[in-house]
Amino acid sequence: MGGRQLTVKRLSADFLIIGGGTAGCGAALSFCGVSGGSVLIIEKANIERSGCLAAGVNALNAYILPGQTPEDYADYVRRDAEYIIREDLVLTMAEGLNRAARRLEELGLTILKDADGNYAARGKRNIKINGENIKPLLAGAVRKAPRIAVLERAAAIGYIVRDGRVLGVYAIGTDEPVLYAVRAKAVLCATGGAAGLYRPNNPGFSRHKMWYPPFNTGAGYAMGIRAGAEMTTFEMRFIALRCKDTIAPTGTLAQGVGAKQVNALGEAYEEKYGVTTSQRVHGTARENAEGRGPCYLRTVGITPDQDEELYRAYLNMSPSQTLKWIESGLAPSAQNVEIEGTEPYIVGGHTASGYWVDTDRETTIGRLFAAGDVAGGCPQKYVTGALAEGEIAARSALKYMHDAWPSLSAAETDALRHGLEEILNRAPAADTEDSLEAEMQAVMDEYAGGIGAGYAFSEASLAAAARKIRDIESRSEKLAAKDMRELVYIFELRDRLTVCASVIAQLAARRETRWHSFAENTDYPEKSGQWLKFVNSRLENGEIRIILRDLVKRGDRYEH
Amino acid sequence: MSIEILTEKCTGCGACARVCPGSLIKTGERGVFIERPERCWGCASCLKECPAEAILLYLGADIGGLGGRMSVRREGTRLRWRVEKPDGTARTITTDAKQSNRY
Ligand SMILES: Cc1cc2nc3c(=O)[nH]c(=O)nc-3n(C[C@H](O)[C@H](O)[C@H](O)COP(=O)(O)OP(=O)(O)OC[C@H]3O[C@@H](n4cnc5c(N)ncnc54)[C@H](O)[C@@H]3O)c2cc1C
Repeated sequence: MGGRQLTVKRLSADFLIIGGGTAGCGAALSFCGVSGGSVLIIEKANIERSGCLAAGVNALNAYILPGQTPEDYADYVRRDAEYIIREDLVLTMAEGLNRAARRLEELGLTILKDADGNYAARGKRNIKINGENIKPLLAGAVRKAPRIAVLERAAAIGYIVRDGRVLGVYAIGTDEPVLYAVRAKAVLCATGGAAGLYRPNNPGFSRHKMWYPPFNTGAGYAMGIRAGAEMTTFEMRFIALRCKDTIAPTGTLAQGVGAKQVNALGEAYEEKYGVTTSQRVHGTARENAEGRGPCYLRTVGITPDQDEELYRAYLNMSPSQTLKWIESGLAPSAQNVEIEGTEPYIVGGHTASGYWVDTDRETTIGRLFAAGDVAGGCPQKYVTGALAEGEIAARSALKYMHDAWPSLSAAETDALRHGLEEILNRAPAADTEDSLEAEMQAVMDEYAGGIGAGYAFSEASLAAAARKIRDIESRSEKLAAKDMRELVYIFELRDRLTVCASVIAQLAARRETRWHSFAENTDYPEKSGQWLKFVNSRLENGEIRIILRDLVKRGDRYEH
Repeated sequence: MSIEILTEKCTGCGACARVCPGSLIKTGERGVFIERPERCWGCASCLKECPAEAILLYLGADIGGLGGRMSVRREGTRLRWRVEKPDGTARTITTDAKQSNRY
């Protein structure tokens, strides 16, 4: 056996949380409020700034304003998703939104109030905040809580599953040569969604200047897929409409200063295509394809005072946009802000992609829960919805806390350690994780509806994509790592490839075009009533099996 | 999109390396450095953490970056953002965690 070796460390926790982001930190705090049990968060980076909230956020996007009800919120989500939602999940999430906002305020988040002391509204469902320090506030509360331990710089790589229930998780140090074998009575997956599957807007030096965090690699989806969990609606990809180059959010411009989407001729084109999230992206893509691009948000004519407000608002969530305005000397009042669609992401906090869970957020693997961007069936969760789902999962996990500790197989852990040491000691392969990642992104772009393909695909192109992804997968098995960081990168690549294969299979299974751009199927360009169904998938004996499931009616609970 | 760490200002405290959400910043024998600048997301977490204002954020040339540099100094609940423009002039903008966005 060659030189590099791993040490095995064994840990236990009553409630194990994978991913210390919004949902993970929120669930840990919720669990402490209702149980005396121990919590362990495993986080790949450092919970202070990890995940979606790193740079800050611009508003709380999901809040039930006075005069509105959780049912109204569910109605909106259903319309925007063209009916493919789990009513039980959206409603139970919506019922927790305002509590989540209040909790954030208690932790110190600045939320604007109106003259009556209500949170100040932005549009119909948003409230105004200063979201710059939202993650440090959550992380600070976690660090102060007595029964929450945090293991940082450790990346989860696989579940430990026996007889259809989860016993724990394997993780590896991102710096230290350690293999962690962690057992738990219940596990929550909160690893966020998947970025980096498709070739990004700027594939060169700035390739990580994307909207979704490039460090959320779809690990939670991939671990679930490999363990045989049922996944839903990966074909409803999320494509964001963002400021060109910086990929900064546009909501503050559209909602804050009322900037309209216009094409190069100055025509407002939004109404022409419809106003659902996918239609807005589609409209911009069409205007460009038909020669009326580039498209902009019309900011010319706003006041200098508004310029200054925008500079500050963007510093609180996406500082590169302020840098761009200032270094170019072109304030938004002087030049319209060019917009573009991003590459597709898989994000269950925006669309319905992710684990197929029951109403309690338990997955099809016993004692394994999912919350936030990794959990499916429940679009438009955002920050407050991720916290609400974390709370539901934490409460649901209580029912397992009186059970006996599971025992892990030392032989299995040892076999895994040997396998990892082999990767660390083998001779370098012809490919690198970087070269294979670029190949994967090119395949997804060209054959599975990326930016380069105008977001469109066909059965034939998806079949080619599936074949090519399989080939890259087999080559990824041969990659060598010279240190722990490279080992983590190899797992991230493999996780993305696993997710890609399921995305391709689910895109092919939905034989209609329900959401323009998100799932633009050129063989079936129309929407069809036959497809008021969920497209789910599960890995069985190495093959992806498609499962069609009925929608869940409002008021019904769902059990596996 | 990436960062530059000014070695002459850096005190080597490692606060930036601790918070980077991509764990991209390393402390080595020659001080603190970003291992793979092209993997940076541009979130500016490290800038805000740096007590010496030794980290600068810039836009890559491939996304139209013109050579401007941004740094941050923390003063209580306030962040003082300094943008040095390509022509050498600078502008400072202050944000305050206690103040909500108006939009
Ligand atoms: C740029 C951006 C702006 C947004 N703006 C807003 C906004 O203004 N308002 C709003 O309401 N919502 C906004 N959202 C949405 C909202 O932030 C997310 O939906 C929500 O934070 C998701 O929470 P999460 O816990 O699922 O994921 P995250 O908070 O991203 O947490 C996932 C965590 O898992 C960790 N992790 C990943 N893989 C592993 C692994 N293998 N092992 C261990 N740990 C791992 C990650 O490091 C991360 O800490 C925005 C999202 C983005 C990306």
